[in-house]
Amino acid sequence: MSAATNAVGYNFAYLDEATKRMIRRALLKAVAVPGHQVPFGSREMPLPYGWGTGGIQVTAAVIGAEDTLKVIDQGADDTTNAVSIRRFFARVAPGLRTTERTAEATVIQTRHRIPETPLREGQIMVYQVPQPEPLFKLEPRRTETRRLHALGDYGLMQVKLYEDIARHGRVGSSYDHPVMVGGRYLMSPSPIPAFDNPKMHMSPALQLFGAGRECRLYAVPPYTEVRSLDFEDHPFVPLRADAACTLCGARDSYLDEVVTDDRGGRIFVCSDTDFCGARQAMKEAAE
Amino acid sequence: MYVAVKGGEAAIANAHAWLAEERRGDLAVPEIGTDQIAGQLTLAVDRAMAEGSLYDPGLAALAIKQSRGDLIEAIFLLRAYRTTLPRYGASAPLDTGAMAVTRRVSATYKDLPGGQVLGPTFDYTHRLLDFALAAEGLTPEPAPEADPGPDAAPARVTGLLAAEGLMAAEPASDAEPGDVTRTPVTFPATRDLRLQKLARGDEGFLLSMAYSTQRGYGNAHPFVGELRGGEAAVLFTPPELGFAIEIGDLPVTECQMVNQFHGSRTEPPQFTRGYGLVLGRTERRAMAMAIVDRALRAAELGEAVTAPAQDEEFVLAHSDNVEANGFLEHLKLPHYVDFGSELESVRAMRAAAREEAARAAAPGALREAAE
Repeated sequence: MSAATNAVGYNFAYLDEATKRMIRRALLKAVAVPGHQVPFGSREMPLPYGWGTGGIQVTAAVIGAEDTLKVIDQGADDTTNAVSIRRFFARVAPGLRTTERTAEATVIQTRHRIPETPLREGQIMVYQVPQPEPLFKLEPRRTETRRLHALGDYGLMQVKLYEDIARHGRVGSSYDHPVMVGGRYLMSPSPIPAFDNPKMHMSPALQLFGAGRECRLYAVPPYTEVRSLDFEDHPFVPLRADAACTLCGARDSYLDEVVTDDRGGRIFVCSDTDFCGARQAMKEAAE
Repeated sequence: MYVAVKGGEAAIANAHAWLAEERRGDLAVPEIGTDQIAGQLTLAVDRAMAEGSLYDPGLAALAIKQSRGDLIEAIFLLRAYRTTLPRYGASAPLDTGAMAVTRRVSATYKDLPGGQVLGPTFDYTHRLLDFALAAEGLTPEPAPEADPGPDAAPARVTGLLAAEGLMAAEPASDAEPGDVTRTPVTFPATRDLRLQKLARGDEGFLLSMAYSTQRGYGNAHPFVGELRGGEAAVLFTPPELGFAIEIGDLPVTECQMVNQFHGSRTEPPQFTRGYGLVLGRTERRAMAMAIVDRALRAAELGEAVTAPAQDEEFVLAHSDNVEANGFLEHLKLPHYVDFGSELESVRAMRAAAREEAARAAAPGALREAAE
């Protein structure tokens, strides 16, 4: 079952064309109402729920044989799940090119990160979303949260942030920090670190979000205002480990902590492997 | 004349004969051997052993064969056998930290001492039916073997966090753990009993309870700190020897879930642990158990108890599938004495209601009501 073996008996990119059209219609609606969760007829996929079935369906619906796909998980192209999803598309989408370079990709499917390299017009970011409802920890009933979104009533979340500040002196969410899209809808940015939230704001790329298990899609069109929820006197502050990357020396990228022994030894390396690799190559070339 | 059926001895014997015939299936197809079940349906065997609370792959395979693959029935058979076994004593606590691992993954670190060991997992398979497998006689290529790493056991992720003071300490105790198979559980239960109940609880129930917390009913934010599977040595001290000897290895799966804890008046913000340890390669069960264990610690950690998964009595009283299945299926037993009295009662109530309606409809009654 090598990546080169195409799956016989399946349509291009696995889903049938009618399903792709259904997803694209839902995506059009999502783009038209930025940040609003649009229900869609999510299909059973050959990867488990939680592995990125929503993202895979979105990618399958928008991708063509002329596209170049990059898949990352935790910022890295070589993580097991990213490898698996990239292999999946290589099998079911004959002709599709895959890449690890952010700049070369036309479609980037991601779990938990936004690449460090700035995105450009024409690129599509596809986010895998485990829980599209930003209010679910405060109000588990979707019948109720739908009403709150309709009314634009986000007091629950404001109070939660206020309580965080009152208790801990800072807004407590380190990842999946909620954002306001276009000043109207509260949206989960998916579990990206808060560090990545500002990259969503006025991004030239189209950002699509797929939650397969929860049957929801949503979108942020290019050049849309995306504000991390905060207070005037307690502005949103993205966190990163206060260190430089051991491999490339970057001080402005998001870092993974790697434990090197059981005596407290640890190093920090860029979570974005493409970004880190390119910087290392540049450094080597300069030397 | 209608004769009420009593006993039905012949009916029962015939039903059993038919059941045996159905179990065997088409005689033209070779009978399945317990060695085939134990060797090729290993995860079914592991689940039966975990929930049957009995480590014996051969007996578990027999139970699965006898139950026609109905795992709850197989678990029931194992439990009913286990309860007859004499107890020689208790082993020393398993040292899962020292066990030889065939699988060890952490979702909280990209890499860590001891590395990430995927092992024989379905995780990254694409769920496409492999039609080649339908044809028999295919021998898989031997899997490539890595060089054996250092002999040292991989460090525990929870230990790494604890070394930095970020992991809440668990109260240590050398007290003899309770035994849920010998003493009834009362509420609030101690954690040892709670973990025992979860370790043998129904996999589907544990899965759904854990899932409900992930969807907001109980507010869990779990990370898989570490999931490890392998064989742990069982040490036992026979009274006549007075020192511990190794009596065998037990395949187990252990999961340590790491959850953020916002702190309380006495405790600083830190991480807390949900713990799962189960027999065999039953990873889903270990993870669900760890999440439910953490959810059930809500009261202890001063969190609001609002969701079903945080309600100890609700979870523990309904987690056992042999109990639940027995009580559910007992509804098939004759209940005609009770039902007969219900019939009489409903008839009497209807008659009373009719009389009441008739009285209300009488011309005299109307006038009375109007006055």
